Amino acid sequence: MSAALNGLTILAVCAGAFFFLAGTVGLLRFPDTLSRLHALTKADNLGLGFVVLGLLFQAEGLLAALKLISVWLLALLAGATVTQLIAHTARPSGPQA
Amino acid sequence: MLGSSLKHPAMADFLFAAAGLVLAMVAAGLARILWGPGDADRIMAAQLLGTGGIAALLLLGEATNVPAALDVALTLVLLAAFISVAFVKGATRSEADGA
Repeated sequence: MSAALNGLTILAVCAGAFFFLAGTVGLLRFPDTLSRLHALTKADNLGLGFVVLGLLFQAEGLLAALKLISVWLLALLAGATVTQLIAHTARPSGPQA
Repeated sequence: MLGSSLKHPAMADFLFAAAGLVLAMVAAGLARILWGPGDADRIMAAQLLGTGGIAALLLLGEATNVPAALDVALTLVLLAAFISVAFVKGATRSEADGA
């Protein structure tokens, strides 16, 4: 049972690290501000989500699990709000826009 | 949700490695602060630092068996949003001043 949980943790954390890699590549390689924003926020929230999911299998007790989940939910809420705000700022003053 | 007393010793090593990888990704993303070109691009890199830092903190907390890292991560995730909100407030205000 423990081995299965460890396996799930490894899978999910690897997926999370991959999404962080994808987010960074997107942030560095994409041509304009709005597509960089797109790459960053999606990949980022998924990366954190998979890391949280992976750590959930290791969590001891309900409270720790709830805290982990609320970290992710807060990150999602903040990410969604902040992305809209940054996009709104970037639009008129962005490069050639 | 089994207790971490059952944790395989290699698991801690794996979590350390994952945290290091995430931190390396975040550090690479910081190059965007240097390149710009816009302020929005720079604040995005700072936001990546926020999210990636939280992920690395969670991983390290689990690897070293420090449950308090979870509370720190909760606080950080709350504060990370305010960076960008403050940026947007400042950007729109200076725009209004300039016009």
